[in-house]
Amino acid sequence: MKRVKKVMALVLVAVMCMCLFAGCGSSNDSASSTTAAPAADSSTAADTTAAGTFKIGSIGPVTGDAAIYGTAVKNGGQIAVDEINANGGINGYQIEWKFEDDVADGETAVNAYNNLMDWGMHILAGPTTTGSSISVSAKAFEERVFMMTPSASSTDVTAGKDNVYQLCFTDPNQGSGSATYIKANMPDSKIAVIYRNDDAYSQGIRDTFVSTSATEGLEIVYEGTFTKDTATDFSVQLNAAQAAGADLVFLPIYYQPASVIFSQAKAMGYAPTFFGVDGMDGILTLEGFDTSLAEGVMVLTPFSADAQDEKTQNFVSEYKEKFNDVPNQFAADEYDVIYALKAALEAANCTPDMSAEELCEALVSTFPTLTFDGLTGKGMTWSANGEVSKMPAAVVIKDGTYVSAN
Amino acid sequence: MKRQTKTKIIDFATYIGIVIVFIIMNTLKSNGMLTRSMTGQLVPICCYIVMAVSLNLTVGILGELSLGHAGFMSVGAFTGVVTAMSLQAAIPSEGVRLALAIVMGAIFAAVAGTLVGIPVLRLHGDYLAIVTLAFGEIIKELINCLIIGHDENGLHIIFNATGSRSVADLGLTETGRVLIKGAQGATGTQTIANFTAGFILIMITLVVVLNLVRSRSGRAIMALRDNRIAAESVGINVTKYKLMAFVTSAALAGGAGALYGLNFSNLVSSKFDFNTSILVLVFVVLGGLGNIWGSIIAAAVLTILPEALRGFADYRMLIYAIVLIIVMLTTNDPQMKALISKLIPIRKKGEAGNG
Repeated sequence: MKRVKKVMALVLVAVMCMCLFAGCGSSNDSASSTTAAPAADSSTAADTTAAGTFKIGSIGPVTGDAAIYGTAVKNGGQIAVDEINANGGINGYQIEWKFEDDVADGETAVNAYNNLMDWGMHILAGPTTTGSSISVSAKAFEERVFMMTPSASSTDVTAGKDNVYQLCFTDPNQGSGSATYIKANMPDSKIAVIYRNDDAYSQGIRDTFVSTSATEGLEIVYEGTFTKDTATDFSVQLNAAQAAGADLVFLPIYYQPASVIFSQAKAMGYAPTFFGVDGMDGILTLEGFDTSLAEGVMVLTPFSADAQDEKTQNFVSEYKEKFNDVPNQFAADEYDVIYALKAALEAANCTPDMSAEELCEALVSTFPTLTFDGLTGKGMTWSANGEVSKMPAAVVIKDGTYVSAN
Repeated sequence: MKRQTKTKIIDFATYIGIVIVFIIMNTLKSNGMLTRSMTGQLVPICCYIVMAVSLNLTVGILGELSLGHAGFMSVGAFTGVVTAMSLQAAIPSEGVRLALAIVMGAIFAAVAGTLVGIPVLRLHGDYLAIVTLAFGEIIKELINCLIIGHDENGLHIIFNATGSRSVADLGLTETGRVLIKGAQGATGTQTIANFTAGFILIMITLVVVLNLVRSRSGRAIMALRDNRIAAESVGINVTKYKLMAFVTSAALAGGAGALYGLNFSNLVSSKFDFNTSILVLVFVVLGGLGNIWGSIIAAAVLTILPEALRGFADYRMLIYAIVLIIVMLTTNDPQMKALISKLIPIRKKGEAGNG
């Protein structure tokens, strides 16, 4: 009897200790809480005085369904921060970098944002997914914190908020960009669209794709929908698309349902050209996915890891070395966000002793004047409402890697 | 006689406890002594407390397992958002709009509760659980099909069952704005929810639930839970009392949903899925079936816990699960119960009295 009690007491003590530790982690803004992955660079960043660092935070799903996106953003940001710190920082000041998990959920994302604000964040280089970004951007707008999302593509993220910027294409641009690309390169295609109608991202792209296709004169022969709960079987949609004679299937969806579509299409001997947008990026790194299934899939994305320019090559080799993986568009987007912030902070002559609000006003007035060359495009410019303009490009999956289509 | 005084004391302590916690939190908040992370969670905590207490009415007091409670929250949330946003011009006061939104959310959820309750409450046990589960999923899909906009001519509603219609079909005038965009949910909502409203909602919930439970109807409901046949034999109207508990529970969940919906600028129906229903059920089970203050504490602690565990980074949810298992095991352990009753003399006296 007594022994049981003792064991229980020990367990309870252990639980309490855990809670205490957790408390330290969130309230204490010392270097221990910054991501410590590559030790050397981060520790030098921590050595400089706390007042002399730019605190940049980001949010994304590193657990749950969309974890590939969040992890890529986290890693891409880490590489950029390490590089900048090793090369003397921004205006001579080092960057402190912190990444919080949000499981791609709006409520958790707001919690993560508040957590970063407790840490003393100056600028937010996130969140990763659209729903989270809309929730967080309202907060950031209210509190005047500059926010630049690498990959949240809905116009609702930036609408009416002067201090919220995007580095990726907006959904309307992805939809219309895809339609324009198909019109230019495959004008006679009979198109089927399969999209998820309970998802803001998928529905948004489908809407603009369909309306642009109508004005461009493209022929859509079939539209099929699915939801989160029915994303495991697509035989109905694929059969209908095949019956309608579609030779190009447009998939404005995330990579996980796409992987199911590819394997089912192969099993039924249906081989149209599959055309995806940025959500398709990441399919090659999906665990247990047979990459031969994705052979010939076209993806509209601003980044391909096989590009020959020096910047991309350096980024890819560093990413491989540190994280043992080929970077996707999301990693490149976040890498660009950090460098774009660096360029803007330098152009506006900002210092870390400015408050988040002062930095926000400085960046808001600087960004529309900025022209930025990054991994995901040359000569990027931003309009005052926060949307980026850059050239989309299509890549094709060949032998398990992305290759430029043109 | 003794027992009645004891329940009265517990009820009273619950009210006082909530008021004290509210005063402490509010003082800390206005003095800037709370972390941002804590301040941001106050309203969701209030919502989850109301959800847990209201579900406790169905699960703990009525004794029927409901797995679709998030469905009622969803109805309340979207009703509340539409109400608050469409009255933006007509009623400038945020407080009045918030109150109206919560009332409308509660009414619509109550209607949904009645519609579901009449056929469903003929079932019981596992069958009822499955049907409520299905109801939650149906609500989610229905809201996915809703496109609602508002302009000076009033509300425009499209039911987009085929998936082929979009915002453009609403026919809004230039000043109009879209409130709910189907699967994309309600975006750009003005966040008018605040902690005081959350506190008032909790107090209302407690008054409603505790008074219902201690009333004649409440005793009839508990009689149904304990022995249905015996209760029927003494002339208790099964459908009436079951429906009373179920609809009250649904209405309160709707109110909580409205408050929740107006706390975030973006709200999608997939948030209110099966997982959310289960989360609320976990609050109730952890706090103890039929134990109101237990639900309150469980809801508050389990909402804060994942955020407090952020220090563990990737292992956050793993630790959360472990803590949950340990808490479940220890609170059900007879030795632990004996230890707790030793530490709290009132409990001991009460138990001795019962024994």
